[in-house]
Amino acid sequence: MFRLHLIPYGSKFDITGKSRFILTLAVIMVIVCFSFVIFKGLNYGIDFKGGYIFEVRMPSVPNITDLRARLNECELGEVAIQEFGAKKDLMIKLEKSKEGSDQSIAIKKVRDILGEGVVYKRIETVGPKVGEELVSNAIKAVAFALIAMLLYIAVRFEWQFGVCAIAALFHDCALIFGMFSIFPMEFSETSITAILLTASYSINDTVVIFDRIRENLKRYKKMALNELVNLSLNETLSRTALTATTTLLAVLALYLFGGKVIASFALPIMVGIIVGTFSSIFVASPLLVFLNIKRKDDDELKNSDHGVPANLG
Amino acid sequence: MIVVSRFRMLLTLGICLLGLVFALVPLVEQKTFDKLPQFLQHTVTLGLELRGGSHIQLEVDVKSVEKEHQESILNETRRQLRQQNIRYSRIFVQTIPDGSAIVLLLKDEKDIPAVMKILSKSDGLDTSVNGLNITATISKVFLENFTKRIVDESIEVIRHRIDETGTKEPTILKQGTDRITVQLPGVEDPAEIKRLLGKTAILTFHGVDEEMRSIRAKMGEKVHLPSKPGVIYLPEENGNGLVTYVPIKKKISLTGKSLIDAQMNIDHETGMPCVSIKFDSIEGTRKIAELSTKYLNKQFAMVLDGKVLSAPVFHAILNNGSARITGRFTMQEANELALLLRAGSLPAPLNVVEERSIGPSLGADSIADGKIATVFAFCLVAIFMILSYGLFGFFSVISLSCNIMLLFASLMLLGATLTLPGIAGIALTIGMAVDSNVLIYERIREEVRSGMRAMTAIAKGYKMAMMTILDSNLTTLVGSIVLYEFGSGPIKGFAVTLALGTIISLFTTFSLTKSIIAVWMKRNRNKEIVV
Repeated sequence: MFRLHLIPYGSKFDITGKSRFILTLAVIMVIVCFSFVIFKGLNYGIDFKGGYIFEVRMPSVPNITDLRARLNECELGEVAIQEFGAKKDLMIKLEKSKEGSDQSIAIKKVRDILGEGVVYKRIETVGPKVGEELVSNAIKAVAFALIAMLLYIAVRFEWQFGVCAIAALFHDCALIFGMFSIFPMEFSETSITAILLTASYSINDTVVIFDRIRENLKRYKKMALNELVNLSLNETLSRTALTATTTLLAVLALYLFGGKVIASFALPIMVGIIVGTFSSIFVASPLLVFLNIKRKDDDELKNSDHGVPANLG
Repeated sequence: MIVVSRFRMLLTLGICLLGLVFALVPLVEQKTFDKLPQFLQHTVTLGLELRGGSHIQLEVDVKSVEKEHQESILNETRRQLRQQNIRYSRIFVQTIPDGSAIVLLLKDEKDIPAVMKILSKSDGLDTSVNGLNITATISKVFLENFTKRIVDESIEVIRHRIDETGTKEPTILKQGTDRITVQLPGVEDPAEIKRLLGKTAILTFHGVDEEMRSIRAKMGEKVHLPSKPGVIYLPEENGNGLVTYVPIKKKISLTGKSLIDAQMNIDHETGMPCVSIKFDSIEGTRKIAELSTKYLNKQFAMVLDGKVLSAPVFHAILNNGSARITGRFTMQEANELALLLRAGSLPAPLNVVEERSIGPSLGADSIADGKIATVFAFCLVAIFMILSYGLFGFFSVISLSCNIMLLFASLMLLGATLTLPGIAGIALTIGMAVDSNVLIYERIREEVRSGMRAMTAIAKGYKMAMMTILDSNLTTLVGSIVLYEFGSGPIKGFAVTLALGTIISLFTTFSLTKSIIAVWMKRNRNKEIVV
């Protein structure tokens, strides 16, 4: 009977053997992404910066250059106009230029410029202060969630596992933030949700592999740690690939058919799933090897093998 | 062998059927829906971005009320000092890093206890003495309670005002410490409501000072206004761009607080729109009677939010607690004023900090797109699972469908709001929900490869995978609970969907999939199987 196998049975990829190289690469990537976020910054949407968004359907195909010029004359702030789907559909963004300018007046001005017969699908105005609060709240909530998960993993496994899982999460977040900065995608309220989704996927993925490592630690008491981690990774590789595929398929459907707004949300999640899968395999688990997990019979081993790692296999 | 007790199997089946019923209810026609028993009448609450409407976030200007409060303390202290003949060189408000403080410079050290006694009469003051300097700041605890009270009162007034406009199903929520979110489904242009909320609507009655003259001027023109203690000039609009500055006694004779009703009316004498008001039977009626006796045939002024509405003359003593507010109103303005007076005045000014309005067409498009995307996501995952695991893959598709139904049903029962990221969350749940199945099947495959008999392998694989599933899902659950506890707005919504998805997926794996496999194993006890 036909069965789809993404990973052939009994794979023996040497993952931990290259861990120094891969971990260095991961660290470099994190540093690069961070420097982008710090030096280039994020392309904040008006959710954070404050300003206006109009999503409109014009009565006829508009002359965008002319429209932009007329909006610029109003001096409401920086104007961005883009087609949104059909040619008649426009997304107009105005960055708020000065504090405290009257919102109703600004909206009225834009309405006057756009003229009659326009269907307003969406109008948003946001003050910058709201955005600041959003960010600080989000950071606080995520930080607490991370600590809680760290504690949970530390209790259920060992503290080293918790540290590695959080390191992998850190890596994922850095890379996604980096992606938002490098390919300047708009960073909005939904982007935070996308990052949270990625994080929860990644932690899930990592815990599954850790669980296998824990199990193998009990089963192969004398196997060297790097060998053991490698074995666990290979054993779970098929599942990791399968779950990543099903999730990616679902998000791909969102990206292709979910409409513009959902698509802009699906893209970072797709990247996040790939990054999260990568970090579970190549960051979290190999990192464990360096953190020297205390094994129950460490002392026994030292006595019998004089501190030399147990025979392999 | 996997065995699931009959009771557990029935329970599982029951829960799934219930989920099916609840998930299908919103799909029936409205007529049938209304006939259903109450407990079944749940539908998905759509977020504003999906159903269209307006979302306004207001900031309560607590600072200005705080300043007023501080000023009144300052005045009261000054009065008391004078009364008790305590000499001081200066008393003033000083800006400090965390706000402002009242500073008092005394002349004699022996007055300190007396001053402290005066200050202790005002609530919530932190005082410190440094030589002859006494500094009083409003304490943090007092300020917190103060802010809370003002925000709560504001919410109450906002609700009254919005209810008066006839807007259906508004949601008014406190956000953070000093913000209020107002959601108005179906309202596409919130300009009117914003105008209503933009007014504090504090109505006061004052006497007009007879020694000072009113001053007429053009609107916006700079005028020199004479000053006299206890008197303030406030503008009254006369139309045609003219303003009269009326000298008004600062002392408030009567406030709109004791009003019990306000209605738009037409003034018989002038034929102009006016607002008839009725005071409560005890205090208000007594006060208006006193006021009209005191100012009989004299001018008094009705002031709203720092502007004189009109300054008429009392021609008779008002004994029955009714009065009329006249001014240069249009019908609409008079109506609006009546509404504001009925709903009560805001304790503090409100500023709009965020506003979103979404037309209904955009929401409908998003829902349609969301549905298509969800169906495609489901189909893609289903095909992939069946390709990978054959019959067992099909089993997981069954539990996946139950998973989605239960997710919808529980979202409805909890009254959670479905938002755009929520739809995406559901589609993503589809991708992740099969993870438990993948874990089990992969484990079974491993056991088969290690030479175990198929049936034993299934039982063992299932058991071994359970631990993993439990740990990975509990980690997610712990994370989502904390996110819910500390997050706000969209993060909270996300946490709910994530936690629900996790719990339901645990349920389907441990009960539904297990039951299906148990039944299947019983029927095919001796057959060769390929997982």
